[in-house]
Amino acid sequence: MKGGGLRIYAILYLLFLYAPIILLPIFAFNSGTIIAFPLKGFTTDWFGQMFENASLRRALTNSLIIAVSSSVFATCLGVFAARASTRFEFPGKGPIMGLIMLPLVLPEIIVSISLLVVLLSIGVQLNILTVILGHTLICMPYATVILSTAFNSLDRSLEEAAYDLGETKWSAFRLVILPLVMPGIISSLLMSFTISLDEFIIAFFLAGNEPTLPTYIFSQLRFPKQIPMIMALGTVLVVMSIILLTIAEYFRRRGIAKTGAKDTGGFL
Amino acid sequence: MASGNRSQKTQGLGLIAPPLGYAVLVMAAPLLTILAYSFLKDGYLTVIREFTFDNYRTVWGDPIFHKIMLRSLGVAALVTLVTVVLAFPVAYFLSFVVDPRKKSMWLFLITIPFWTSYLIRVFLWKVILGYNGVINSGLKSLGIIEQPLTFILYNVNSMVITLAHAYAPFAILPIFIALEKIDRSLLEAGRDLGESRIMTFWRVTLPLAMPGVVAAALIVFIPTIGDYVTPALIGGGKIPMIANMIQAQMLDLDNRPMGSALAVTAMLIVAIMSLIFVALNRRFLRVKQ
Repeated sequence: MKGGGLRIYAILYLLFLYAPIILLPIFAFNSGTIIAFPLKGFTTDWFGQMFENASLRRALTNSLIIAVSSSVFATCLGVFAARASTRFEFPGKGPIMGLIMLPLVLPEIIVSISLLVVLLSIGVQLNILTVILGHTLICMPYATVILSTAFNSLDRSLEEAAYDLGETKWSAFRLVILPLVMPGIISSLLMSFTISLDEFIIAFFLAGNEPTLPTYIFSQLRFPKQIPMIMALGTVLVVMSIILLTIAEYFRRRGIAKTGAKDTGGFL
Repeated sequence: MASGNRSQKTQGLGLIAPPLGYAVLVMAAPLLTILAYSFLKDGYLTVIREFTFDNYRTVWGDPIFHKIMLRSLGVAALVTLVTVVLAFPVAYFLSFVVDPRKKSMWLFLITIPFWTSYLIRVFLWKVILGYNGVINSGLKSLGIIEQPLTFILYNVNSMVITLAHAYAPFAILPIFIALEKIDRSLLEAGRDLGESRIMTFWRVTLPLAMPGVVAAALIVFIPTIGDYVTPALIGGGKIPMIANMIQAQMLDLDNRPMGSALAVTAMLIVAIMSLIFVALNRRFLRVKQ
């Protein structure tokens, strides 16, 4: 087989990447209360504990509300940004797109601290709405990238054909462009949802007293007794993320296939 | 087509307005506020509206800030080096060896761990590297070591490993994209002109891949320096990085002007380092692909 050494290296590298994720279910089903080897017996108690936990349920509800709202807002904003950047030329395009993509590289601590200072000084009550504000901001660049790929592979003549057949700008967008970029939109929604669900720093600073899943997990990691349950929760989250990402990837590829472009690879 | 151009402009600007407005309101304005705060005076529970450079003087004269900033830069530089060096062969493998039909699958496999709970991943590294962790208890039960390895216990090394793991896909993707863009006929030309495989890599592939390497380094370096979770969990709060220091100033001590001055100083240092790094690699970035 070609590239033998490199292939072995790449597989070892994948093992390194997956090491923590492989350990997660091992400890989640381990009956020992300490997270270390050797393992004790098999148990599903931790999962039971997880489902009965009321504060966890509250954190989950909050996280779901935040993730759904942020992904919808970020995707809407992303549609505008992607459509503008792929279809139109306008003054200041480079710097403007740079500013929109900036949250991608700006450390989250800076984003959250600066937003926190502003919110506190204008007297806004911290709650899940303020988290949505922050999450929409950090999801927007990802949504824009995914949607730009979708819009970029559009054939402009399809749109022109719609105009020639008497459609208005809006109806051409709704009837021709939107269905073609739909897979991109779904992919962007799922991706933003996953990012928001997992985001810790912004939620930590901007949620006030409302728990979200990551801030709940962070608060519990201090208590050794709670760790096995957190491992069970982590297992569920990993399985969910993998399912969501697989669906997102499926739609991304279908989108590319639909517009007849060549697949250039991953998410970023 | 002057009118067409103008309508292009207005339509483009009209479309870009909502996301731009959002970025300005929720990101740019708060950043400017931080900048303004950093020049104000701290009163008890309030901020006194009086212009001063005192915060910056205190930050720059503070030995604790020096120590923490140097540690953050050191950790981030080491993480960047480790991630990029480890990632390059994987990106090379993906671009040059893997069957094109399987490329998306490999990329997908590489990105999955990145999207799973960051907190739990960081915590699990503590479990893997800890005193009774997977590595130490494994090696002990195999009889290879008697005492736990101390160089991976709750210190800077374990922080570097954890962060290198967290940012791995960030390094692979830009390098992979740069390698994909390389015109394969250039490599054949190199070989035809009598260069060995290694020399072709050194003189053709690597320089052409440099824009990707530079992008990878920056995309790892900048967020790593601002990482809050890893020092808090792995270092047990005892080896703080700059993000932990900013948080402490802003919230625990409630000194917003000082916290702002810290944040602005840190951002400036990161920006300057990034610019120097890009300038050093200028000659590679000019390459037309």
